[in-house]
Amino acid sequence: MNISNEEYGELTKRRSHNSKLCKTVPMAFLIGGLICTLGEALLNLYGMAGLNKDDAGALTSITLVFLSILFTGLEWYDRIAQHAGAGTLVPITGFANAVASPALDFKSEGFVLGLGAKMFVIAGPVIVYGISASVVYGIIYYIVGLFTK
Amino acid sequence: MDMFLEYVWAFLIGGAFCAVGQLLIDLTKLTPARILVSYVVAGVVLGAVGVYDPLIEFAGGGATVPLTGFGNLLAKGVREAVDQHGLIGAFMGGFTASAAGIAAAVFFGLLAALCFKSGSKINET
Repeated sequence: MNISNEEYGELTKRRSHNSKLCKTVPMAFLIGGLICTLGEALLNLYGMAGLNKDDAGALTSITLVFLSILFTGLEWYDRIAQHAGAGTLVPITGFANAVASPALDFKSEGFVLGLGAKMFVIAGPVIVYGISASVVYGIIYYIVGLFTK
Repeated sequence: MDMFLEYVWAFLIGGAFCAVGQLLIDLTKLTPARILVSYVVAGVVLGAVGVYDPLIEFAGGGATVPLTGFGNLLAKGVREAVDQHGLIGAFMGGFTASAAGIAAAVFFGLLAALCFKSGSKINET
């Protein structure tokens, strides 16, 4: 087989890339799936306790956020995240981790511009684009409503 | 048995959302911060066109726990607020619906920063 060094390099790179994917994607699936299953269990638990659907959903989010931030403080979350990748990023626990982690790390730079500001390094953009998208949708929904009602 | 199936679907759908996120991280240059932003905006869009609520009926926590569920919540909040208040509702619904999650993250984040000492470095953004 005649292949140049560069081609060989390219080939091994692609191979290692694929083998990396075979590990990271199933781990993300497994851990992310488990976090969602925990969410489902909490939803059912709060539903059985008599909360309506919306309240049970809100309390489930609050509980998951609390657990995630507790794990972040204990330095467990990042350790799980090293293996789980997007599995710990995509659930709402990842959002909570993205709030608490910089808050902890930048506390030394002060309570206002350190802790208070850095808390929103990642959460800020999420809120900016999420809320803006919702405002755009609200305006469209209003206009469509004018013509259909 | 129904109960068991419910958990299986929550696991499978929730896991699938995360697997897609991992593929995006590994195959594209999307950073974790961009993934979070994309998921929330995608959730708003999916909620707006009406495909997300049926998914929640089906997968429960598997659809509400990923950040797309957060986006869907924003869309739902805005829809209810516009129904109730008219056009100004477009500026009210998003924050109302997401209030619990954001307030919890901010408050518990502050508590954690006060209670724990920083050790690890933050995730690469």
